[in-house]
Amino acid sequence: MGFEDWAAEPLNWVFLAVALATTISGLRVVTSPNVVHAALFLVAALAGTAAIFLLLAAEFLAWVLVLVYIGAVIVLFLFGIMITRAPTGRDEAEVDHQRRLPAVLVSAALFALLSWGLLSQWGDTTLDRVTAGTPTSVLAEGLLGRFVFPFEVVGFVLLAALVGGITIARRDLSPAEEKERESR
Amino acid sequence: MILNQFLILAALLFCMGVYGLLVRRNAVMVLLSVELMLAAVNINLVALEAFWQTAEALGQILAVFIITIAAAEVGIGLAIILLIFRNRRSANVDELNLMRW
Repeated sequence: MGFEDWAAEPLNWVFLAVALATTISGLRVVTSPNVVHAALFLVAALAGTAAIFLLLAAEFLAWVLVLVYIGAVIVLFLFGIMITRAPTGRDEAEVDHQRRLPAVLVSAALFALLSWGLLSQWGDTTLDRVTAGTPTSVLAEGLLGRFVFPFEVVGFVLLAALVGGITIARRDLSPAEEKERESR
Repeated sequence: MILNQFLILAALLFCMGVYGLLVRRNAVMVLLSVELMLAAVNINLVALEAFWQTAEALGQILAVFIITIAAAEVGIGLAIILLIFRNRRSANVDELNLMRW
């Protein structure tokens, strides 16, 4: 498929715009010197991911991503950033290591390797069977039918992780405070 | 649309996550980079599901599981970072050398 054919399809231009926005915000997530800005750029990157899901006819998953990530996980991240911002003027120029070149080399080499593998495996295989969306009932039947056991296990893991998170993060009372509370 | 445009976008996002993982000092920022990598994995799964069109939408079901596990990971990861910060007054990964041999 030549570039003309590719460019003749309007969805590809939508993809290009979304991919550009996602890439730029993803780049800002890992390079922004301001930690709060990095978290907010992650919102933009995840919104771009949700838009990609919509292009791939995965509507349910797109809205799950918006609800779970943009709605809940980012709030948790902002909370964590606000709590762990050191009070004693640890300035924002220090959020990165000084030696960035090895990291750039590693990720560039990884990207070259991955795209070489992908291009040689898939070439320009078209994705022309994406038509209507995936019915949510298909996902529901999968999750509550064949995959009901993993589904329950993952729910239990989530519960255990959140209970564990509360247990880890809560401050234990000192013995003196505990005695005081009991005498009250 | 061709399949590779989605897969290469996912590879790009994954490699940016790897860069952030290596270069960030603040542990919360490291977790943010991990989220970027997980989003890349989800794009891969959904794109390949759109290619193969399995009857049970297996790729999307796997992506649901990954999103759930990622939420659990963020919750417990931030709790651990909070505890470390409270004890060491720092959340920078290169200053946490207590268990280094």
